[in-house]
Amino acid sequence: MAAKQYDTVIGLEVHIELSTKTKIFCGCSTKFGAMPNTQTCPVCTGMPGSLPVLNKKVAEYAIALGLATGCRINKRTIFDRKNYFYPDNPQNYQISQLYVPICEEGFLEIETADDAGNDAGTCGSGKSIGSKTTKTIRIHEMHMEEDAGKLTHNEAAGISLVDYNRSGVPLIEIVSEPDMENAEEVIAYLEKLRMICLYLGISDCKLQEGSMRVDVNLSVKEAGSKTLGTRTEMKNLNSFKAITRAIAVERERQIALIENGKKVEQETRRWDDTAGESYSMRSKEDSKDYRYFPEPDVPPVLISEDWIEEIRSRQPEFREEKAARFVAEYDIPAYDAEILTQSKHMAALFEETAKLSGQPKKTANWFMGELLRLLKEAGKEPEELTFTPKYAADLILAVEEGKINQANAKEVFAKVVLEDVEPLSYMEQQGLMSLSDEGALQAAVEEVITENAGIVEEYRAGKDKVFGFLVGQVMKKTKGKADPGKVNELLKKSL
Amino acid sequence: MQIEQMGATALSRELKKGTVSVAEAVAHYQKQIEEKDGELQAFLTLTGEDLQRQIDKVQEGIRNGRYTGPLAGVPVAVKDNICTKGLRTTCASKMLENFVPSYDATVVKRLQDAGMLVLGKTNMDEFAMGSTSETSSFQITKNPWNPACVPGGSSGGSAVAVAAGMAPLALGSDTGGSIRQPAAFCGVVGLLPTYGRVSRYGLVAYASSLDQIGPMGRTVADCKALYEAIAGFDEKDGTSVRRGIRNSEECEDSALGRAKEGLSADVLRENSVARLKGMRIGIPKEYMQSEMNPEVREAVKKVAVLLEQQGAIVEEMSLPLTEYAVATYYLVACAEASSNLSRFDGVKYGYRVDGEQGLHEMYKKSRTEGLGEETKRRILLGSFVLSEGYYDAYYLKALKVKRLIKEEYENAFKTCDCLLTPVAPGTASKLGTSLQNPLQMYLGDVDTVAVNLAGLPALSVPCGLDKQGLPIGVQFIGNAFCEETLFTVGEAYEALRGAFPMPGEQTAGNGKEGV
Repeated sequence: MAAKQYDTVIGLEVHIELSTKTKIFCGCSTKFGAMPNTQTCPVCTGMPGSLPVLNKKVAEYAIALGLATGCRINKRTIFDRKNYFYPDNPQNYQISQLYVPICEEGFLEIETADDAGNDAGTCGSGKSIGSKTTKTIRIHEMHMEEDAGKLTHNEAAGISLVDYNRSGVPLIEIVSEPDMENAEEVIAYLEKLRMICLYLGISDCKLQEGSMRVDVNLSVKEAGSKTLGTRTEMKNLNSFKAITRAIAVERERQIALIENGKKVEQETRRWDDTAGESYSMRSKEDSKDYRYFPEPDVPPVLISEDWIEEIRSRQPEFREEKAARFVAEYDIPAYDAEILTQSKHMAALFEETAKLSGQPKKTANWFMGELLRLLKEAGKEPEELTFTPKYAADLILAVEEGKINQANAKEVFAKVVLEDVEPLSYMEQQGLMSLSDEGALQAAVEEVITENAGIVEEYRAGKDKVFGFLVGQVMKKTKGKADPGKVNELLKKSL
Repeated sequence: MQIEQMGATALSRELKKGTVSVAEAVAHYQKQIEEKDGELQAFLTLTGEDLQRQIDKVQEGIRNGRYTGPLAGVPVAVKDNICTKGLRTTCASKMLENFVPSYDATVVKRLQDAGMLVLGKTNMDEFAMGSTSETSSFQITKNPWNPACVPGGSSGGSAVAVAAGMAPLALGSDTGGSIRQPAAFCGVVGLLPTYGRVSRYGLVAYASSLDQIGPMGRTVADCKALYEAIAGFDEKDGTSVRRGIRNSEECEDSALGRAKEGLSADVLRENSVARLKGMRIGIPKEYMQSEMNPEVREAVKKVAVLLEQQGAIVEEMSLPLTEYAVATYYLVACAEASSNLSRFDGVKYGYRVDGEQGLHEMYKKSRTEGLGEETKRRILLGSFVLSEGYYDAYYLKALKVKRLIKEEYENAFKTCDCLLTPVAPGTASKLGTSLQNPLQMYLGDVDTVAVNLAGLPALSVPCGLDKQGLPIGVQFIGNAFCEETLFTVGEAYEALRGAFPMPGEQTAGNGKEGV
C-alpha cells in the first residue's frame, strides 16, 4: 500500500444532447431511432455547396442552462471550425466554439454526505449543513456544437457503414474547473446538472443512450501539495457506476506509477467497463492540431439583454426551490419533498393532486409509497406518467371519506396511475365501495359472532390473538368492501 | 433582327412578343456552341434531355403569363461550381468529375423562377483557384479574342460563353476577382455584388467569407437584370443579408441626390449620363502604379476624362493598405479553402482510389490523385497558416488587416460615390505562362482582391483594346449595398463609349472616344 497520502483532482467535460425538434444547422429531425440516413439533407451530409444556418433554439437552450448555473452570457458569441478527418464527420470539420463560447464562469452547488471524501480540499469551499456538505464546483465554460454521425464497423464483412441521422444533432459541452476530489462529488455534480437540464426540458440526459456523455479529467498529487499532477482524460463512461469505478481505478493506476518512480503520461484513455480497466487511446504527442478558426458560414450570434431577460422570465422553478416550497406550502417532510421533486413531471402531478384533494400529506404518502412502487414494478420512469390528477385526488378523497378501504384503494390507485381510469365509476362497477350502511355491517358482525361461538369464547377468555381472525371473517362476509377500522370498532363493541 | 446582336433583355422582349420562340432562341445558342466551343472549350457540360422540358415549361409560362420578368425565356450559362440538380457539377476537378448534385443552388432556383433556362455548365479554374482557368482538370478554355491567350479566371468559361455569343448571360463567382478579371479579359461586363447580397447556398465554397455569385453579360443593363433576379435574402445562407436589393438611402443621398438638383425626374430616369453630374469618383493612386501595363493605365484614364466631361468630379485619392491586399487575401482565402475542401475525401462522393487500404491511405491517395496542383498548393498553405503556433502570426493578423482594409474603404466612401480603377494590371496573358510562376499570377490579382476583403460591390466594364487587340476592363467599386450606383455609372459610361465589338468583329468602336 502507498505510504504517502494522495489527493485526487477531477474536472469534467460533459456533453448533453439537446432535445430540439430539428438539428443545429438544418431542418432535419433529431428523432432517435429512424432508419439510417433518412433524417439527412445536403447540410448534415456535407454536400458541396450546402451551408449551415443556426437553429436559434440551440442558443436559447444554452442561455437557459447558462442562467441556471450562474454563467456569464457572452453578448457576442462566435462559432469556430474544428478540423479533423473522420468518416462520421461529413465535412471533416465540426462546427463548435473555441474562442468566444456562449457561456462562461458559472458554478454548481453540490451536496455530499458528510462522511465521504472529506479530504481537505484545495479548490472550492466546503461548509457543513447537518449531515451533508455543500460545495461549489466552478464551471469554466459552456459551448454549442454539432454531433457527428454514427459509424458501424462490420469486421466480418470488412466494411464500415455511416449513418448521418445524428450528424448535426445539437450538443452543449459543459466544462468544469478541476474542483472535484472524489467520485461522490462527481456523481453529485452530474446529478445536479442532469436535474437542471431535465427541469429546463432541454435534454433527457441519459448516459446509457448517449444523450449525456462524460469525460473525466483526473490527476493525483501528494496530499496538501499545491502543484497539480499530470492529468489523463477518460472516455467511454456509460453509467454512474462506470464513472465511479473508473475514478477509483485511474487514481490507483496513477499512484502506482508515481510510487514506482514512473511518470503519468498526459493522454486520452478509454474505459473498458467489462474488464474494469482503461487503455491508452492517444498520447499528447500525437494529439491532433485541430486548426480552429472562426466559422465563416455562421455569423456571430448577438445576444441582447432583452433576449436574455425573456429567457430568464421563462425559467422554471428548479428542484431546490420547488422542494422548499412544497415543505412550506404543503407541510410535508423535507425528505418527501426531495423525492417528489426528483422529476419535474412527477412534482407537477403531486402538486395538482394535492391541491385537488386538499390532502397534501395523504397525497405525498400515496406518491411516496404506492406510486413509486408501481413505477418500479412496471419499470417506468416518472416522466412516463400520464394520469389525470383529478382522478388520483378523487380516489384519495374517497379513502379519506371511508368510501373505499385501503386495500381496495390500492388496487384502484394502480388503475388510475397506470391506465388513467376514472376511479369512482370503476369502484362502483367493480363493487369495491365500502359498506357504508352501518346496519348491514352490524348484521355481518353479529353473524360472525354467532357462527364462531367457540372462538368468541376464546377471545372473551383473554386470547386477544383471535380478534384478527374475527375481523377477517367479517371482511370475507362483506367481500372486502368493509372499512377494516369500522369493522374493528363494531366488533369490539359487540364482543 | 439577329438574336446574336440582341442583348438578353432585348431577346426576352422578343420572346414575350412571340416574334422568337424559346426553342428558336435556345437552338441559336446551341448552334453557336456547336460552331465555336470545339475551339474555345468554354462548356464542361451541356444541359441534356432536361433542356427540352425547360423549353416547354418556359414557353408555356410565357404564354400563360407566369413569366413576365425582363429575362423570361433567356438561356443562361452557369459556372460549374454552382450546384444544378441532376446536372453534373464538377468545379472543374477530377475530384468531382461524376458528381451530380441532389439539389439546386438558390441562384439556380431563382433563375428558373424568373423563367430562365440553364444552357450548360462552364469551365473554370479548379475549385475557382486560379486567374486563367488553366487549373481546370478537364480542358483549357481559350480567349475568343485570341485563342492563344487565356480567358482569365476563374470564371473563364462563363466569360467566354458570353463574349463569343454562345450564351447571352452567365453566372460566375468571384472570390478575389474571378468574375471581374475574366470579364475584362474577354470584353464583357461582370458584377461582383456586395458580400451577402446573393445567396451562396449551392455555390461550392472556396473561401466562404469572400465568395459571391454574380452576373456576366454583354451590357450593364443585362447584368443588372440578372443581378435583380438572383439577389436578395435567402434563409438557407446565414451570411445573406436581409434588406432590399435596391440602393439604400445612404447611397442615394451621397451619390445621386446631388445629381438630381436641377434635373427633372424623367431625365434622371431615362438618362444615366445626366446622372453623372456631381458624382464624386475617386481614383486610388495605388491602383495606377508604374508596374502596370501603360495601355491599361491610359484606357482607365480615358474613362475618367469621359466621365469628367459629363460633370462627374474625378479626384485622385489614396488607399495605402492596398499593398497588403494580395498577401491578406491569400492567407484568408487559403485558410478557409483548406477547411472547405476537406470534405472531398472519397468517403461520400467524388473521386476515390480503388483497392483495399486503410482509411488514412484512402484519404491520402484519393486527395493526392483527385485534386490538382494549385488546389493542393492552396490547401497546404491554408493548413499551415491555421496550424498551432502560426495562427496568430498569419491568420489572425490577416483577419485584422482585412478589417482595416474594410475601414479604409468605408472612409473613402464618405467622400466618394464610387471608385475607378483598372480590373487587372494587364490584359490576357499567353496560355501556359502563368502557372510557371504562381506568385506572379497571385500578384495579378492586385486590383481585385481588396474589394472582396472589404465585402464591396464592383463592376467590370470593357473600356478598350490594347495594341494586340485584347480587351481592357475598367472597374467601378461601390459602397456596400450601392450596386445601383455602379449600374448608373456603368450605363452612363457605356452610352458614352458606344457599343463594344464582339471578338473577331471589325472593331468599329475602336475609333470612338474612350475605346
